[in-house]
Amino acid sequence: MTDHSSDIDSVSGKSTTGHEWDGIKELNTPLPRWWVITFYLTIVWAIGYWIVYPAWPLISSNTAGVFGYSSRADVAVELANLEKIRGDKMAALGTASLADIEKDPALLALARAKGKTVFGDNCAPCHGTGATGSKGYPNLNDDEWLWGGTLDQIMQTIQFGVRSGHAKTHEGQMLAFGKDGVLKGDEIVTVANYVRSLSGLSTRTGYDAAKGQKIFAENCAACHGDAGKGNQELGAPNLTDKIWLYGSDEASLIETISQGRGGVMPAWEGRLDPATIKAMAVYVHSLGGGK
Amino acid sequence: MNKTVNPNELKPADDVGPLYAARKKVYPQSVSGTFRRIKWGLMAFCLGVYYFLPFVRWNRGLGAPSQAVLIDLPNSRFYFFFIELWPQEVYYFTGLLIVAAVALFLMNSIGGRIWCGYLCPQTVWTDLFYAVERLIEGDRRERMKKDASTDPMKLERISEIVLKHSIWLLIAWWTGGAWVLYFNDAPTLVKELVTFQAPMIAYIWIGILTATTYLLAGYMREQVCTYMCPWPRIQAALTDEWALNVTYRYDRGEKRTSVKKAAELRALGQQVGDCVDCYQCVAVCPTGIDIRNGPQMECIQCGLCIDACDNVMTKIGRPKRLIGYDNDINIHRRQEGKAPIYRIVRARTIVYSAIIAAVGGIMIYTLATRSLLDVNVLHDRNPVAVKLSDGSIRNAYTVRLLNKSGYDRVIAIDAEGPVNSTVHVVGVDSVTPDRPMIVIPRDATSELRLLVTAPAENNPEKSIPVHFHVTDIGLGIVASATDNFVSP
Repeated sequence: MTDHSSDIDSVSGKSTTGHEWDGIKELNTPLPRWWVITFYLTIVWAIGYWIVYPAWPLISSNTAGVFGYSSRADVAVELANLEKIRGDKMAALGTASLADIEKDPALLALARAKGKTVFGDNCAPCHGTGATGSKGYPNLNDDEWLWGGTLDQIMQTIQFGVRSGHAKTHEGQMLAFGKDGVLKGDEIVTVANYVRSLSGLSTRTGYDAAKGQKIFAENCAACHGDAGKGNQELGAPNLTDKIWLYGSDEASLIETISQGRGGVMPAWEGRLDPATIKAMAVYVHSLGGGK
Repeated sequence: MNKTVNPNELKPADDVGPLYAARKKVYPQSVSGTFRRIKWGLMAFCLGVYYFLPFVRWNRGLGAPSQAVLIDLPNSRFYFFFIELWPQEVYYFTGLLIVAAVALFLMNSIGGRIWCGYLCPQTVWTDLFYAVERLIEGDRRERMKKDASTDPMKLERISEIVLKHSIWLLIAWWTGGAWVLYFNDAPTLVKELVTFQAPMIAYIWIGILTATTYLLAGYMREQVCTYMCPWPRIQAALTDEWALNVTYRYDRGEKRTSVKKAAELRALGQQVGDCVDCYQCVAVCPTGIDIRNGPQMECIQCGLCIDACDNVMTKIGRPKRLIGYDNDINIHRRQEGKAPIYRIVRARTIVYSAIIAAVGGIMIYTLATRSLLDVNVLHDRNPVAVKLSDGSIRNAYTVRLLNKSGYDRVIAIDAEGPVNSTVHVVGVDSVTPDRPMIVIPRDATSELRLLVTAPAENNPEKSIPVHFHVTDIGLGIVASATDNFVSP
């Protein structure tokens, strides 16, 4: 290696590194002292970091570090803080009556916000993200309610579910009149057409209305009522309106009458805390169909 | 074919050196005169406004902040005396910035760097820091001598330095302190600050602004103007030949001679310049330049050299304003024996004034006529429409009501859409079911869930517009918004 310190650049007066490209020489500009010191300090800092924070992977875990820090513990603290911040508001949700929650704009906003999130997590798989439901899963935006659409009734349904096995659950189901041999094929077709006529839908030519009414009175009226208006005590839907959970066409009705229906909704008591269930009830009620 | 050049043969020119120029410390001398008085006055005014404005009170009624100028970040409100702005109205600041920029251009086309010389915070605080320095360490010569001295420091000199920096830090600290007072109720925050109850962010900001004030006004000074500020460059591009700038009138000043020599030559009837080369203009300059070299980017045009030169001219019995607000046109005219002309009104100044008037006018008009009641409507996306048991169709909307006034309002909501449609607000049992009436709190937004139901026989086939009208029952003010009514 040659000593280049004697090779001085005439313009800047600095020594060069001796590297030369097409006559252009590289000035020897060492790193500034402060930079070098900072660099060494970062190394020292890193060693300290290894000791105090989790750093080294072991076979099944890692070094814990003398500070005992873990980001998971941080999350727990953050969540606890969140609960603390929400504490007063959520307490208000827990103590206020359902009607009062809906009348208080601040509580309503809170219940709707909470309800929407919880709905998305727990209810949307069946009822849809917009609570619009699908075949067999009721649309919660409309004003047709199998088990009642008041705040209290909605809350009860959420708490205990439908045919959920909970002691207080809603029971009652549509029997399988065809499968169980109660009604014969032609009788099912006749009563299906009669049910269609209740809500003003067209009927099959040559259908015997009087016979249909008779079959209905003997087999269906016990739950659905003489006029077919339904019974929320039993979860029997109103057959005279425009809303059909399983479809209003003849084929669907025949299937319903033959095979029976009995959708299940789980009970949420025990899975969700009482304040959350109240928020849910208010949210569902406020979608627009609540009574 | 080009001739091949051996790079080793290329010799740098003699004047090529490092691009870095070390700062030459400036020791401005004290001076008195017209422009110095203007500067003192403006300094007192600007600093007075800055330091004391947060303490000015303004009654906005119970529950509202009583500070005249307040930036309330937690509640997203900006208060300026009788004006209260919401976050969605920050576009007023755009107008304010346009006016500020064009006002700067207008000042520039009339009197050069008036902003730089008299009003810029950098100038004002640097001027104040120089005043403190001068008071404690003495004037130009004394300070130069003290700085150049290599003798070991005596207690007196050390105490001077400590005192100077203490006062600087005190001013800087007060500057940072005043800044945070614009963001919270000033008297309360002052109490909290002195009892160490104030939020940490307040102390952090005071710390930041103390540091910047101390560094910018105490150390960086004219370097901020010369190297950091973009305005000198922009200003040079925006000026024209009619703009009046602080100018050395070389038609009068040259040739420079001594007082004695000038008298002798004048006695002989010879032409002699008025400049006696006393360097007073250089001594007082806060940026350390010689104005006699012509207009320079470093010159902030504070006019102190005018004062310095005027004092000398008075002493030697020559007319004042050898340095004054002037331009090259007039210098040439005087050389030709013509009277100077000053053209303040010209295309440039007219256009600038017109822009200021137009933007200012639009701002005042929109501010004066803005509605203090507003409504925004958002249609539900999922589901867009719901069929009810009787065949009627229901659409749901999120309605956001903005009550910007200082009082609660009772409002009624009407929806003008499908025939015979009804309106219902979730959670509201209105005494008038067909026309929901609601109380909306003052200075707040209220969000409502609104349901519009069209009877089965009036179901629109396709999407039709719905107009929502929100009427203040007491005042009759109406705010409207339009959305659509959709059928499934």
